[in-house]
Amino acid sequence: MIYLQVLANGVVLGGLYACIAVGFSLVWGVLNVINLLHGSFIVLGAYVAFFSYHLLGLHPFLSAPLAGMLLFVLGFGLQGAIINRVVHAPVLMTLTLTFGLDLLINNAMLVAFKADYRKIVLEPPLGSIALGEVILPLDRVAVMVLALLLTLLLYQLLRLSRLGRAIVAMRMDHDAARLMGINVMRMSAVTFGIGAFMAGAAGSLLSIIYPISPLNSTLFLGKAFVICVLGGLGSVPGAMAGGVVLGLIESFSALWLGPEYAVTVSFVLLIVILAVRPTGLLGKRGFE
Amino acid sequence: MRDWAILAAGVTLFALLPLLGGNYALRLGTIFAMYAVLALSWNIIGGLAGYPSFATAAFFGLGAYASAILAGKSVPMLLAWAAAGIVAATFAVVIGLAILHLKGHYFAIASLVLAEVLRELTNSFADLTGGGMGLNLPVLRWTVGQEAQFFFFAMLVLVALTMIAVLLLRRSTLGFALRCIQQNEDAAVMLGIGARGCKAVAFMLSAVFVGIAGAIYASWVHYIEPGDVFDVLYSVKPLVMVLIGGIGTLFGPVIGAAVFLLLEEAVWRSFLTIHAAVLGGLIVLLVLFLPDGMLGSRKARLVWRG
Amino acid sequence: MGALIELDGIVRAFGGLRALDGVSLSIAEGEIVALIGPNGAGKTTLVNVVTGVHQANAGSVRFRGEDITRLSPDRIARHGIGRTFQIVQPFPHMSVAENIAAGARFAGGASSLAEAQARARALAAEVGLGDAVDRRAETLTLAKRKRLELAKGLAMRPRLLLLDEVNAGLNASEIDEALTLIRAIAARGITIVVIEHLMKVVLAVATRIVVLHQGRVIADGAPDVVVRDRAVHEAYLGQRYAASLGKVS
Repeated sequence: MIYLQVLANGVVLGGLYACIAVGFSLVWGVLNVINLLHGSFIVLGAYVAFFSYHLLGLHPFLSAPLAGMLLFVLGFGLQGAIINRVVHAPVLMTLTLTFGLDLLINNAMLVAFKADYRKIVLEPPLGSIALGEVILPLDRVAVMVLALLLTLLLYQLLRLSRLGRAIVAMRMDHDAARLMGINVMRMSAVTFGIGAFMAGAAGSLLSIIYPISPLNSTLFLGKAFVICVLGGLGSVPGAMAGGVVLGLIESFSALWLGPEYAVTVSFVLLIVILAVRPTGLLGKRGFE
Repeated sequence: MRDWAILAAGVTLFALLPLLGGNYALRLGTIFAMYAVLALSWNIIGGLAGYPSFATAAFFGLGAYASAILAGKSVPMLLAWAAAGIVAATFAVVIGLAILHLKGHYFAIASLVLAEVLRELTNSFADLTGGGMGLNLPVLRWTVGQEAQFFFFAMLVLVALTMIAVLLLRRSTLGFALRCIQQNEDAAVMLGIGARGCKAVAFMLSAVFVGIAGAIYASWVHYIEPGDVFDVLYSVKPLVMVLIGGIGTLFGPVIGAAVFLLLEEAVWRSFLTIHAAVLGGLIVLLVLFLPDGMLGSRKARLVWRG
Repeated sequence: MGALIELDGIVRAFGGLRALDGVSLSIAEGEIVALIGPNGAGKTTLVNVVTGVHQANAGSVRFRGEDITRLSPDRIARHGIGRTFQIVQPFPHMSVAENIAAGARFAGGASSLAEAQARARALAAEVGLGDAVDRRAETLTLAKRKRLELAKGLAMRPRLLLLDEVNAGLNASEIDEALTLIRAIAARGITIVVIEHLMKVVLAVATRIVVLHQGRVIADGAPDVVVRDRAVHEAYLGQRYAASLGKVS
């Protein structure tokens, strides 16, 4: 029955992962920008939660929207002022640019917060519940539920609101969108901001599970990559599917190979999938 | 003709460095030569062929470990270096056939991830590689001065070889084919260019000298560990150097390597804690304001590779 | 003498849509075949299948007796099938000479870059690009780019040249010049297939017309016969208007 436990772990992780990846996927799919800052955004969100908890007594679940808003502003500013200037440049340029920006911000975090791993320990702890033979830690379940909620909210936003329709239009065709009266530059900044929002909120939620440190940013970035390749770009269902698949893969490989190989397995899978089916499981061609 | 003359002059002048400077200058010179090898190699796949590769760190680390492992089994140093180049080249061809059909972002990601995977695998196969504890290389019974000079000349020879390869490639049919592929791959294929094979060869060439550089580096520093030689910065720095000097130009990578190294040394000495931030800032400014580099021009600008 | 190229039952589907639904065609050396049909008939798809850009889902293509159905586009090019694109595809930052030299060097049998360059200059002069030989392709006007495209195809020394809408976007006198070129190419013994919308061009050069409609060949024969074919009228005009034409075969 250990498989059931591993399965449950994987699914819970999956909900989490979907939230980590969906902002990244959106920016990549709509703006054709691989945001190497994404991991740092998540860590920043976690720091917002950490400091809110220790200085203001704000529960991480409540500081998630706050972290989101702060990161939105940062993301909006970065895209508007800097990244927008290179959206028509070759792939290489935008990648290098976001890499440079990430070096800046990550270093700034290191200087400001030091590399020490912080943790948020909730008082009182949430404990766990047992469903039959499967044990589910409540903090993880709660994070998963909230993460999924956030992701679904984004999905509704994209599908139903005018803003969302504009973003989807941009995803399909920048020039056509411009002809339809969409201010592509401003929408790009908004989209990037939304991606940052999701990252910050996710970081905030994650802060009670993962240790917080600027050194973790590549870990989250790597997961976001793999999820996007697994699930396809620019779609929320894709990020969710990819997230769950990655969660399951990590759980099962932890079981069979040992937890230290989880990252390697996911990266090898990334390469294999790219080699064989770059559009991902739900195959939406994201600007090849 | 002019290019060969420049190469010959450059190498000769550079070879005079030991007469002018002490060990510190030699150390800088060695690093400069190594950077130039990495940048020139990257320019083959990234500039000439137009495929933005982030695989340099993978080749570098692979070469370092291949050579170090062989050296540990008493293989003569120079032989180990050559073998490292072959290992890196073979790896490039095999992986290349799997990922070179990808375009733009996807290729960049796949190549970026290679170093990560190799790093993890190196960590895991600890019996062979020493894992996280790292690997020591045999100590050479030379004086500090002799070692400094030896490795300086080793890197110098390597960069000269790399430059010769680049010059030959540029003038060859393969070089012509790669330029066609970079500007319009679909049209190139329709004209009878076997793009798949050409790209694989370019990728292989971008790996062989990098692998040897990794091997020389390992022998030079006597101790390597996965996080050190598979560092993603070994993939990003050559790119930045080429951007500084001008993508797709012949000597741009070399100029870029020199400028970058000077900046790096200056910054490292003055701003140790924020050197990453300064590097990041430099990159941002470069991309925003000098995308063609110092030697590049509108003409040499990359076509959008989507 | 056997056919130069034979298509047998070519089917090509994209998802649920059959762009080509069982196309069979046989072209002999020396013909100038016009491939016409309403938009979406499958003309460019057919060219893409022949040149290996798309794989046929069923059917076969034989070129000079050899089955080329599964070959990659570059190998097909080296076998002697050249092709121009409707939306021209030059190498933008390279000169006219270098562009044409590419055609000569890789599929056209030139044994060195120097030889390819020499051939390229001669060809450039032939198609009227002699004075633009060292200019970068991106600086050329559309009409000149079309000629460059043609020169590149010629440099490949193909047995069969597929011209995809060479005249789109050209004015009347430019079209006349293009026509002269096409005739000159045919005079060199190259078999030509032109995809065309302009009947003036078709009737001026074609020895044979093949009409494609919804992925099938609905007419195939001498120009004066095909233009009177009822099915062809219906395909272009719809049944109502075709009936009113009064020319029924």
